[in-house]
Amino acid sequence: MTADSKSDRSSDKAAWEPVIGLEVHCELNTKTKLFCGCRNAFGDEPNTNVCPVCLGLPGSLPVLNIRAVEYAMRIGLALHCEIRPSIFHRKNYFYPDMPKDYQVSQYDAPINVNGWLELPDDSRVRIERAHMEEDTGKTSHIGGGGRIHDADHSLVDYNRAGVPLVEIVSAPDMRSSTQARLYASELRGILVATGASDGRMEEGSMRVDANVSVRPAGTFELGTRCEIKNLNSLRSLGRAIEYEIERQIGLVGAGDKVVQQTRHWNEDEGVTVALRSKEEAFDYRYFPEPDLVPVVPDASWQAEVAASIGPMPAERRDKLAGLLGPEPVSRARADQIATVVEHGLDGLVTAAAGAGVDAALALARTSNEASADPDAARRIEVASFVALLRMEQDGKLSATQSKTVLAEMLENGGDPAEIARRRGFEALDTGSLATVVAEVVAAHPDEWQRYVGGEDKLVGFFTGHVMRASNNRADGKAVAAELRRLRG
Amino acid sequence: MTGAGPTDLAAPGARPSAALDIARDVRSGSVSAADVVDRYLGAIDEIDGELHAFVTVLHDGARREAESVDLKVAAGGDPGPLAGVPVALKDNMCTRGVPTTCSSRILDGWCPPYDATVVQRLRAAGAIVIGKTNLDEFAMGSSTENSAFGPTRNPHDPARVPGGSSGGSAAAVAAGLAPLALGSDTGGSIRQPAALCGVVGMKPTYGTVSRYGLVAFASSLDQIGPLTTTVTESAVLFDVIGGQDPMDSTCLERPVPRTVSALADGVEGLRVGLVSELVDGVDGAVEARVREAAETLAGAGANVEEFSIPEFRHGLPAYYIVAPAEASSNLSRYDGVRYGLRVDAETAESMNAATRAAGFGAEVKRRIMLGTYALSAGYYDAYYGQAQKVRTLIIDALAVAYQRFDVLLGATTPTTAFAIGAKVDDPWAMYLSDVCTVPSNLAGHPAISIPFGPDDSGLPVGVQVLAPALGEPVMFQVAAVLELGAPVLGPPRVHAR
Ligand SMILES: [Zn+2]
Repeated sequence: MTADSKSDRSSDKAAWEPVIGLEVHCELNTKTKLFCGCRNAFGDEPNTNVCPVCLGLPGSLPVLNIRAVEYAMRIGLALHCEIRPSIFHRKNYFYPDMPKDYQVSQYDAPINVNGWLELPDDSRVRIERAHMEEDTGKTSHIGGGGRIHDADHSLVDYNRAGVPLVEIVSAPDMRSSTQARLYASELRGILVATGASDGRMEEGSMRVDANVSVRPAGTFELGTRCEIKNLNSLRSLGRAIEYEIERQIGLVGAGDKVVQQTRHWNEDEGVTVALRSKEEAFDYRYFPEPDLVPVVPDASWQAEVAASIGPMPAERRDKLAGLLGPEPVSRARADQIATVVEHGLDGLVTAAAGAGVDAALALARTSNEASADPDAARRIEVASFVALLRMEQDGKLSATQSKTVLAEMLENGGDPAEIARRRGFEALDTGSLATVVAEVVAAHPDEWQRYVGGEDKLVGFFTGHVMRASNNRADGKAVAAELRRLRG
Repeated sequence: MTGAGPTDLAAPGARPSAALDIARDVRSGSVSAADVVDRYLGAIDEIDGELHAFVTVLHDGARREAESVDLKVAAGGDPGPLAGVPVALKDNMCTRGVPTTCSSRILDGWCPPYDATVVQRLRAAGAIVIGKTNLDEFAMGSSTENSAFGPTRNPHDPARVPGGSSGGSAAAVAAGLAPLALGSDTGGSIRQPAALCGVVGMKPTYGTVSRYGLVAFASSLDQIGPLTTTVTESAVLFDVIGGQDPMDSTCLERPVPRTVSALADGVEGLRVGLVSELVDGVDGAVEARVREAAETLAGAGANVEEFSIPEFRHGLPAYYIVAPAEASSNLSRYDGVRYGLRVDAETAESMNAATRAAGFGAEVKRRIMLGTYALSAGYYDAYYGQAQKVRTLIIDALAVAYQRFDVLLGATTPTTAFAIGAKVDDPWAMYLSDVCTVPSNLAGHPAISIPFGPDDSGLPVGVQVLAPALGEPVMFQVAAVLELGAPVLGPPRVHAR
């Protein structure tokens, strides 16, 4: 290759192909920890959910939580993995938030291997493994820059120590930050759908590390990769990968080499910073954990677990799309469907559609209004929700009134007809609407002249007055139509 | 009161047992547990200054427990098969609110917030924990000289070691400071001191006694077991502490064999293999006693044959890879962060290092380094992986041996008790003390050491009976016959009156 062709490539981002693999740690939402009976809960008083086992006190021994094994199997099954007999290893390294100074983790005999995950864009990402391990405690560095090296002192909360984790390792199958975000988002949906995890990145119950490398487009050999840590949201995942791809292309394009490193994403400055290189990597001295016995899920147990999990997000999205009709759904509708599935509110849409409500209306109210408070929406009575939409569809409530009633139902529950009555909601019939509009127009002759002269934005002005005059019983769309009719 | 007391089950003609006499008298109400405890506390106060078998004596705790046993007897309840019997615990077993030191400075000031499973079972049986005994730091050693609190002395000759690492428990029983004791055996740490102190020491099948609350040395090898004066006591104590425990995942699911009922069965027709590797090369006096023991069994109707298990020669090297490797990981937690000693320093890492440098003794550091090396990237297969293969070889060789024999016989130790200081500067010579005992740990099999007369200097000799996994009943059967036929061993020079 000549020097010229090399510099050609350096100037052209398209000459390089990014290769991305993700390692996702998710906390299982079991009632108790992985190896002891302590509560597995987020946000409790520090060091209240601890015992000799999860504090690693001398003489204590781990006992495997069978529920955690089942949750790990659920995740494996949802990702089309093969479930294998597995053992635990000890991963040895010193850190103050690790009570035993080793982490019990699955190493070369993980429970789930060789699966795959299909993304909404129809691409498929292979899953190499999804193994079980215990979480560490949580260290807060007080003083200095909040990092261990310049802190004044550090405090450790061991409530999280021993919380069960599953680490899901993808193959390096992703080619863009967009695809990586899509993968993380789809995986989160699957974790939630299995019931095994909350998948909350902001609470740290789902944590993502990204392995990023670049190679000349059209080649197959993998480039040297960097692992990026501290990605606390889908947004930072996308930004960090973008940054890292550009950094690496800058290096190799200029003829330099990428050094295999672990890098830390600095959200404020928008850069990745080297933590340690491969040469400085720990020797974890893995060896089989002698305090535990092998986990060998037999066929009947696997079948039992498989039967306990419901449909995954992709299947649920297809089902909702099917309610809208045979045509391909629009981008906007697809987003609404994704929102409904993400919040697990499919039931509201399917129930309404099943009761004869227009599926598009049900989807709109569920994805926009109900999803604003998904926890409340999951508690709402399905029959009441359906009744409300039917009132709206039949013209007994305007869209605005319907949304107001739904907001109250989300906050306090209750019967929609009763709420509408109490609020004095009763959609105006066409004749009454025309009368009110005519009165408002007569009361504002200057504005009416400007509207007739072409100032369309005054529709809002008139609609507002009609709403006030009608005690919100008018439907905005109907008001606009009446105004257009009067203008001629 | 229901069921027969343990004394009723002892073999006819068995040796007198202080423990079983106490249990019988306390249960019947003819003696109070409080008096028993006072008598033993008095003996400890009188002579343990010379022996240093104990690191903690539980004057108040033992008296409180004795009172509650006496109350139970007075109320007509069943105080348990070991009612009022004082027991000494090796100080690597957790006792709630009572310091548990492992004879190490690094656990300075630590009191466990929980009792080991064996401690709970002893209490439930009415036994009384009278004190915590000295050991080689973290059970690493064969002489109890590696204790941060100074060595324990052999009651038969205070200038000599009691063996180790359960030297404190062995010395306490030999000197009559406790009728029963528990030790832990990772490579011989119960049987070797039992042999050197002239008491009975037994390592159970791996998984028959819960390790919950035993401070780990080498998790795949450690087992808790009894140190006693007689074989019957050993069986009774094993039956009390054994049994599945939901807190220990490595406990066997099969029921633990009850052994006391097998004691009187004799050895008529049993096949006994005298293992060449456990006789050849040991001291002449020891070898002579082992061959005498073989004759005793033959005289009682057993078929004895000499048999070679060449794989035993690889036992010691494999043991000194596996045990330090596991120890290097088990002892990582002593980092100064949460409990025990902390030596402050600028950073977390330097605090860890300073604490461990100050808190661990030389032998513990040596084994942590050995084990860390054996597990390191690039060396794992050559060391740890290879040692595990040797372990499989030994298990397979024993499986072949047990097709021909019911039990195996050999020496417990290559020598009788050696002088304090004789081997402290020569780790390899010290490690050789375990050569006869490690195969049973590597295989997870039970084995017992029974005193079988003195050597020429009057020091105790131990012979060892090995049995297959869960073979405790037949092992005790043979041990009982050897006990009856053993040459007389003189009383220890240091002994409670
Ligand atoms: Zn716990």
